[in-house]
Amino acid sequence: MTTMDNEQQYINPEQNGVVVFLKVLAFMVFIILVFTGIANLLPQVEGQAPKDVKVDLGALTMDAYIAMGETLFKGKGTCTLCHNNLGRAPDILQLNMEQTAQDRLAAEGYKGEAKDSQGYFFESMMEPSKYVVPGYGKDGDPSPMPTINKAPIGLSDIEMGAIVAFLQAKDGAEPTVELPTDAPAIEENAVPAEPPKVAASAEEALAKYGCTACHTVLDSAAPIGPELKTIGLRSTKEEIRNSIINPSAIIAEGFPPIMPGDFADKMMVKELEMIADFLAASKAPAADAAVPTETEQKGEQ
Amino acid sequence: MSLYKNLPLIMLSFILLLSSALLLPDTVLASADNAVAVEAAVDVAQPAPTMGPRDYRQIGSMSSRSFVWVIAQLHLFLAAFVLAVPLFVTVIEWIGVKTGDQRYDDMAHEFMKVSMTAYSLTALFGGTLAFSLFLLYPTFMGYMMEVFGNQVMVYALLFFMESGVLYIYYYSWYALRYGNRKYVHLTLGVLLNGVGTTLLFVANSWATFMMAPSGVDDAGVVTGGIWDIMRGPLWNPLNLHRFVANIAFGGAVVGAYAGYKMLSARTMAQRAHYDWMGYTANFIAVLAFLPLPFAGYWLMAEIYAYSQQMGITAMGGILAWLFIVQAVLIGTILLSANYYLWNGMSRCEGAKRYMWLVKYIAVTLVVSFLIWVTPHTLILSAHEIATLGGSHHPLLGPLGIMPAKNIAVNLMLIGTFLSFQLYRRSDKVITVPWAGFGNALMVAIYLLAIANVIFLGVYYGYFTNTVYKVGSSVAQVMSTLIVIISGVVIDTMMFKGAKTLPVNWGHISNRGVYALFALPIAFTWLMALMGYVRSSVRTHWHVYTVMKDNSADNFIPSIGHAGNMMTVATLSFLVLVLFIFWVASLGETKQALPVKEEE
Repeated sequence: MTTMDNEQQYINPEQNGVVVFLKVLAFMVFIILVFTGIANLLPQVEGQAPKDVKVDLGALTMDAYIAMGETLFKGKGTCTLCHNNLGRAPDILQLNMEQTAQDRLAAEGYKGEAKDSQGYFFESMMEPSKYVVPGYGKDGDPSPMPTINKAPIGLSDIEMGAIVAFLQAKDGAEPTVELPTDAPAIEENAVPAEPPKVAASAEEALAKYGCTACHTVLDSAAPIGPELKTIGLRSTKEEIRNSIINPSAIIAEGFPPIMPGDFADKMMVKELEMIADFLAASKAPAADAAVPTETEQKGEQ
Repeated sequence: MSLYKNLPLIMLSFILLLSSALLLPDTVLASADNAVAVEAAVDVAQPAPTMGPRDYRQIGSMSSRSFVWVIAQLHLFLAAFVLAVPLFVTVIEWIGVKTGDQRYDDMAHEFMKVSMTAYSLTALFGGTLAFSLFLLYPTFMGYMMEVFGNQVMVYALLFFMESGVLYIYYYSWYALRYGNRKYVHLTLGVLLNGVGTTLLFVANSWATFMMAPSGVDDAGVVTGGIWDIMRGPLWNPLNLHRFVANIAFGGAVVGAYAGYKMLSARTMAQRAHYDWMGYTANFIAVLAFLPLPFAGYWLMAEIYAYSQQMGITAMGGILAWLFIVQAVLIGTILLSANYYLWNGMSRCEGAKRYMWLVKYIAVTLVVSFLIWVTPHTLILSAHEIATLGGSHHPLLGPLGIMPAKNIAVNLMLIGTFLSFQLYRRSDKVITVPWAGFGNALMVAIYLLAIANVIFLGVYYGYFTNTVYKVGSSVAQVMSTLIVIISGVVIDTMMFKGAKTLPVNWGHISNRGVYALFALPIAFTWLMALMGYVRSSVRTHWHVYTVMKDNSADNFIPSIGHAGNMMTVATLSFLVLVLFIFWVASLGETKQALPVKEEE
């Protein structure tokens, strides 16, 4: 580019705005792609929402309960976010917690109500500011630790008991916490209603909700409801989803309106999506279909 | 005579001003002041609903979160731009009045012209976002409406006011240009920014309620007035952070406009004009950017105070890698801004006095940048731990923790301010008798601040416990702020009566101008990134601790996926910005009178 002193003269009569535009655009897109590349080069980890696990309390052993506590400690309980070797909170995994609990109970500044390690662990989770270990916490707002049985962590009594069992057992002590039972009183009072375990696949979800009892799908040849092995040819994913959520909206001709209407309340969203995806892709002719399909049936039960 | 002619306009301005003063306190604060009304509201209030499949919808097979993500991000980009431009335009206009230099007035008007098209697009994306949310998340939006109630209508009213004042402000530019009328116009500018900033703060309250709900109980039942709901612990930190960030972002975007116009200029006069415009835009962006880390620090400190778990999720948990990308982006911004300033020093002969310092600043910036991007507390696979020989690298590990990064960030900010100060001095010959003392004082402040930043970081960061580590970072920040404030004060005093050297606007290399394009891209991507972090710290909650997200998208995606989403948003915004620039230029294009063909 030739520059000239006279302000009215052209500095470059052949200056091409389009070329400048394309150069600038290419430069900007290049920078965007560099940033995108860096984001894609870094380790790729997804943060899954905690999943509630249904436990058969009747068959639960202490070893399984302790293992459950360790999983909760490192997972849903998010304890290791602070209780690690970075100094934010006591490094529980490194400390002998049974001995530590005894020391804390005997400490001069202890003003809690616990009498033993089990009580101390429960108290620390449910009332973390009751006693703050010297060197941690803040003036006037003693403990930054959240109350474990409230949101956002919201562990149940059974889950907190599992963590207590883990803390007692990890250094060789005998757990004093009792194994939970499935007595109705405990279920109602202490255990919040837990959503069922999320099915891992569409096939598992179809079996879980008893779809195979009425429909020809997977290995089932049940004739009570419309066959589903070719439903992808007749209905879109959206229509399938709507038929599950609200089965009485459109009744397939020739079938009784007996499909339960509460699947929307029972199913997890992921399960519904898996089933809808699976069925929308089900387009193979069913050799063993019990009931011939109506042409262009809309909305299956 | 002319006063009477413009009387309706002036009266309208006062009516708008009056209505804004009356409307806001009455509506926003009414329920806070009226305990009876609150109690009545509590009687009928419902807890936050538990979300199930019926509460979520999809458009075809498209992920609802992805769809809302891009639309919301585009709305926020555009809104940040249109709220920021009038802020510095009014200041530039005022500088024009004080200096009597018409060029400032023309430049302010040209900045406004660029933002006018963006305003319509902001409204269009805002409407699309609202429809998307009500369509795809009806139950969640129902709950938000129950919580915020009539406040959303205040927002709507403010939007009407913003539109009215904006159009009057822009289209009355030449009608109210001189004398007392100019002050009426400036008043309109202040009013416009008052309404715009209030809009921003109202919208911020929705975001901060979702992060740290207040005015509701554990079940989500509304227990307080709208004022209790709005003033959650994160509201003011976010207000400040977004307000300052918007200015930096707006400055960077109009800087790109000026840069493009300069590169495609056909005359030296055009090139000089847009060079000056680009310099001013960069000045605004950098000036607003310098205090931004401190506003971000406050926001993060309040997040930690509200929920340590939330803070650690952001800084040391699943989202920690994002801060490595943040370091890359901020490094890009600071390096670009400095590179532009160094190139710009070629406009003035007087800059040669300071050029020897540039290489030292450059080395400081690059070394600090490398320290900043060194990771430390991260989620590692077993293979990665084995390769590293432990959870942290034996040599680089100490550089990964916050004390090292605090030193690096503060040195980068001090270095950038030094570049900025040298640039400002390059066209001046200081004549005050105490010039020698002033320079020595300034050098002493720099050296003391740098020594203090390094000493505090090393001693309290590595040789004492965590409590002192956090406390010392405040003193480091103060050192940097002292450099910036004392630099501005001392220079202002020293520049009195200074001899001004000629500045050859337009005499900057084209390569230097490209820094003006790197800045807005880095700013845009950075906004997308930090907005994503802010939103993701809620993890699997729509409203943290109150309303769970049970949708199919209730997980934190991988950084690659998130990065791709940010790129989609940034590229889309780039297309929109090009459209905005094109429309702004279209108004200048005049078709030549067709020549009649001779018979």
